[in-house]
Amino acid sequence: MKRARIAWQGAIHNARVNDDLASFTLADGRHVPESEVVWLPPVEPRTSFALGLNYADHAAELAFKAPDKPLIFLKGPNTFLGHKGASRCPADVGQMHFECELVVVIGRQGRKIRPEQAYDHVAGYTVANDYALREYLENYYRPNLRVKNRDLCTPLGPWLVDRDDVPDPMALDLRSLVNGELVQSGNTRDMVFDIPTLIAYISDFMTLSPGDMILTGTPQGVRYLKPGDDVVTEIDGVGRLVNRIIGE
Amino acid sequence: MAGSTTYPPLMIDGTVYGVALNSRSETARLADHFTAPPYKEAPRAPILYIKPRNTHLAHDGTVFIPPAIAAIEPAAAIAVIFGRDTSGVRAADALDHVLGYTLALDLSEPTDSYYRPPIVEKCRDGFLPVGPHLTHARDIGDPASLVVGLEIDGEAAGALPLIELVRSIPQLIADISAFMTFRRGDVLLTGLTPPGARARIGSRISAVAPGLGRLDCTVAAEILA
Repeated sequence: MKRARIAWQGAIHNARVNDDLASFTLADGRHVPESEVVWLPPVEPRTSFALGLNYADHAAELAFKAPDKPLIFLKGPNTFLGHKGASRCPADVGQMHFECELVVVIGRQGRKIRPEQAYDHVAGYTVANDYALREYLENYYRPNLRVKNRDLCTPLGPWLVDRDDVPDPMALDLRSLVNGELVQSGNTRDMVFDIPTLIAYISDFMTLSPGDMILTGTPQGVRYLKPGDDVVTEIDGVGRLVNRIIGE
Repeated sequence: MAGSTTYPPLMIDGTVYGVALNSRSETARLADHFTAPPYKEAPRAPILYIKPRNTHLAHDGTVFIPPAIAAIEPAAAIAVIFGRDTSGVRAADALDHVLGYTLALDLSEPTDSYYRPPIVEKCRDGFLPVGPHLTHARDIGDPASLVVGLEIDGEAAGALPLIELVRSIPQLIADISAFMTFRRGDVLLTGLTPPGARARIGSRISAVAPGLGRLDCTVAAEILA
């Protein structure tokens, strides 16, 4: 099942996405066409982890060797926005780029989760576009919050796909398109640290809770964006997330 | 302050952002370090991190650490609690957005690296005792008048007059809210990590500040099934 959070007729709803992918069923059974709704992030963010350099090819592209342990950073709730939203590119930034990422949403609390039990703690999956603004990179707690925690610079969605509807999350093609042109492609099998490893690694030192998210990193492909660009980040079997770049 | 008043437990509902290396003594001590790799140049923007919800601990709580961690490094911090959504404010207007202040013990595994986000070091369960209660901003006035101290097992381990901050609280709010919004209920931490201060299993750690009270926590051994 695909689950969305939407704003419709003055209220926020948790809705089921119908099989036509163009309408919703609300909890009270009413049907709503997509044209009438605003998409919200499918998960209300709590603790959100993101991975840097978790695809070997992307690490090589950025002139880094792949890390020997996961490079994790945290993101605040201020940075997320839903499908078909707009993200701002400041006037002095020429190096804003997309990052298509598979997002793991935790469904069951756990500490010291063993890799072989990791999927028991997963509610489902969604897609993130973890924009980075490279001008603001500094070598302190890199990637620093000015690069990765800007308001509304992490599109998330369109929906949450239930775990069991994604039989093998470690074999999904993913891609990004800018104004219709393919600019990034990869497969989740090329992650340096796979989903069970990440869940085990994080929960070894801290408790994972329902609603926590892990943005699992991005493969190679960098293209700098400008206001007016339409950006699609897409993962087969999960979803196709649309965002637009606007000026300040 | 009303010493005999009973306060409800302080609940932190928002996101907690910490600022590293914001005291003049720390930056002076590390200045040479920061011209060398991997840093190459001194920091420009405030150095920020997030203390996620699993780290939050009430006053007089117990933080459990694995026996393999020989010691933890405590920082005593002032916690600024936002009263309204705060975006793009000037330093001169920043305090209008502050609801009040409390104390925090910002715990970490010791590390001398500032290169990568300190997730393993700073994000263990219970690594952010906060409290004991909110003191309203109007009862403090200028937060630069505050002095925050750290005690370990009843002994003073360091103190920071906020006049010694590299960026004052209003300046931090201005510089950070230039690129991200603090929401009502979010928290900003700034304080002091005294060099060499260490707490161990069995230690009692406190943050103290005249006007804000005293925040205590105990360190105990983590025992997992």
